[in-house]
Amino acid sequence: MLQQLSNRLQKTLKYLRGEGKITEKNMTEALRMMRMAFLEADVNYRVVKDFEKRIKEKALHREVLESLTAAQQVIKIIREELTSILGKESQELKFTSPPPSVFMLVGLQGSGKTTTCGKLARWVLNSQKKPLMVSFDLKRPAAQDQLKMITQQLNIPFYEFSKKQLGSPRKALQDVVEYSKKKGFDPCIVDTAGRLHVDEELMKELRMTKDVLNPSEVMYVGDAMTGQDAVKSAQLFEEKVGLTSVILTKLDGDARGGAALSVVSVLGKPIKFVGTGEKFDKFEAFHPERMASRILGMGDMLSLIEKAEQKADMKETEELARNLRKQEFNLQDFKKQLGQFKKMGSLSQFMSMLPQGGPFKNLNKVNIDDKKVFHYEAIINSMTIKERINPKIINGRRRLRIARGSGRPVFEVNQLLKQYFEMKKMMKKSNFQKLISSFPSSH
Amino acid sequence: MLGRLKQKLIHTRTTFEEKFDELLKSGKNREEILDQLTETLILADVGIHTTEKIIHSLREKSKKGDSIPQLQKLLYQEIYNILSPHSSSPNINHSSAVLMAVGVNGGGKTTSLAKLGYHYQMEGKSLMMVAADTYRAAAQEQLSLWGHKLNIPVIKGQYGADPASVIYDALHSFKSRNYDLLLVDTAGRIHTNVNLMNELEKIRRVTSKEISGAPHEVLLILDASIGQNALVQAKEFLKFSGLTGIFLTKLDGTAKGGSVISIADELKLPIKFIGVGEEEKDMMRFDPKEFANALLS
Repeated sequence: MLQQLSNRLQKTLKYLRGEGKITEKNMTEALRMMRMAFLEADVNYRVVKDFEKRIKEKALHREVLESLTAAQQVIKIIREELTSILGKESQELKFTSPPPSVFMLVGLQGSGKTTTCGKLARWVLNSQKKPLMVSFDLKRPAAQDQLKMITQQLNIPFYEFSKKQLGSPRKALQDVVEYSKKKGFDPCIVDTAGRLHVDEELMKELRMTKDVLNPSEVMYVGDAMTGQDAVKSAQLFEEKVGLTSVILTKLDGDARGGAALSVVSVLGKPIKFVGTGEKFDKFEAFHPERMASRILGMGDMLSLIEKAEQKADMKETEELARNLRKQEFNLQDFKKQLGQFKKMGSLSQFMSMLPQGGPFKNLNKVNIDDKKVFHYEAIINSMTIKERINPKIINGRRRLRIARGSGRPVFEVNQLLKQYFEMKKMMKKSNFQKLISSFPSSH
Repeated sequence: MLGRLKQKLIHTRTTFEEKFDELLKSGKNREEILDQLTETLILADVGIHTTEKIIHSLREKSKKGDSIPQLQKLLYQEIYNILSPHSSSPNINHSSAVLMAVGVNGGGKTTSLAKLGYHYQMEGKSLMMVAADTYRAAAQEQLSLWGHKLNIPVIKGQYGADPASVIYDALHSFKSRNYDLLLVDTAGRIHTNVNLMNELEKIRRVTSKEISGAPHEVLLILDASIGQNALVQAKEFLKFSGLTGIFLTKLDGTAKGGSVISIADELKLPIKFIGVGEEEKDMMRFDPKEFANALLS
């Protein structure tokens, strides 16, 4: 997620750190580097220009220039500016009382609205709500079907409009609200038609829907891969329909995510969620300040710890930490760790939250394939206990046996062992030990 | 046909002309004009690298006192030169041709495939379609609806089935019916998902085993509003599915699809079709002249 932008920005920061003193000249160079990084990440041209101007104004101040840690100061300024664009705190969903609250999702065709509806419903289920899903798309074939299939997968009630109802759309929408009231559904999540925004007819349809439903959330669903146009379409939706917040989709893969910055800075509406995959649990609340850290390569330890707390087995984790402290990390531990990872979601996701400096310096170069966790587990399972505790004894013949037993090629067994030994080496380094011992443990 | 694109792009054009008028009146020098052109290109998603390359070459080719129309013409020529060598026609003019649509989620694969179906039906070809998207909810129904509307037979598989097996079945019935063209709709996939990309490779393998030389066309369905990610997408899909061209969709929005310029420039991939609406007839052959015009005018 945002890997590219992050890498480029860090180059800029590194350049600044190397310069020591900030001058007009090296600041111009740094700003140029930053501009390139942002433009390459698809941040809107005008947003970039604006950002650049503000940083420059603040950075070329006397206090900054004369301070001994000028580079640090500039980094701080960039970080602050980033956060001030992205917003300060994460924002909760707005519910109305009395229920039902209505959440209406709008956006362009292909932005992922319908899938996001499913994700959002699953999200509110977790907070003891009773969602109802509705698809109000008068034009596109199979739109109702798509949402219906999703509700079946998630086992969430779905309100299906009959052909006759859609004949008088206003009434149909009122029916939904009545129905939710009677059956105690809250919230009512409404998927709307997606089209190219030049379509005035759609905007009219959306405005009407909004008028009738009076939603507490009108969420703009935007594709994180969108280029310069992201701003224009979001603005049009804001102008013609009126939005309360933003959900950013397809932030997995190598999305540049510049759209996130552009949309928020132009709309001034908070991003509430981000979608990071096709599966329904790939959905996270958005934390602006953490995103800023992530972009600047400072990692997102908070999200990581939260996630770990949610999913991990505390006892196992503590034992692991104890072994790490004692530097007795063997393959048995490695296997346990893999198990924990699996519970927390994909490994690549996990890695993207780690800071990129310090003990994790070389980790981002490791190419991660999420299937590998399963393969590694299989390989370790094919080892004897003795081998797991003392991997040094695994010679060629043993490797061959393990490969056969796990159904993986020998080179993968070698790879695993190599990685294990490297990890172990890394753990002996003092800064890693320091980090480990700073983890809280309950005795 | 061409008039329609012009008409659809008219609103973007006026603003650009206004801007140039302003520049013309204010009598700015070349550097300022080039700055303005840079902004135009970047806002059209051409990407910073290709933009800098184009502007650099403009600077070399122009003289200091050149006026805006001259620079504009040079810029047009630059873009045309990048796009024109790669605008070959689709390679499906023989019996039992297979055309496959690939791309990320939400690019408009199914609709574009239906448009292609309509287009070739009008040319008098007998064809069928196969819905190999066994993953996304209601994807197959969507193609079926199109098939129903256009009167084109659609082969479907079970949800969750191996797409390669669905295509295998489709290829068999395609061959036995002796049709001219088979259109394959694949599931949308993010190009960083190695497993799904490998699946495409498998589909390709199965297809070429059944009909030698197939798939004859593999088109990347690319949303015009995608930014710099487009190039990466094209690269990855090229690697796994052997792309033969690009189908640029949603050009009737405000996005200009400038990202295809970097694709043509770096990957030498031709842009073959453009989509400009939601109806089956809203499709055109790509014309580099028109496109360069629409981008700048």
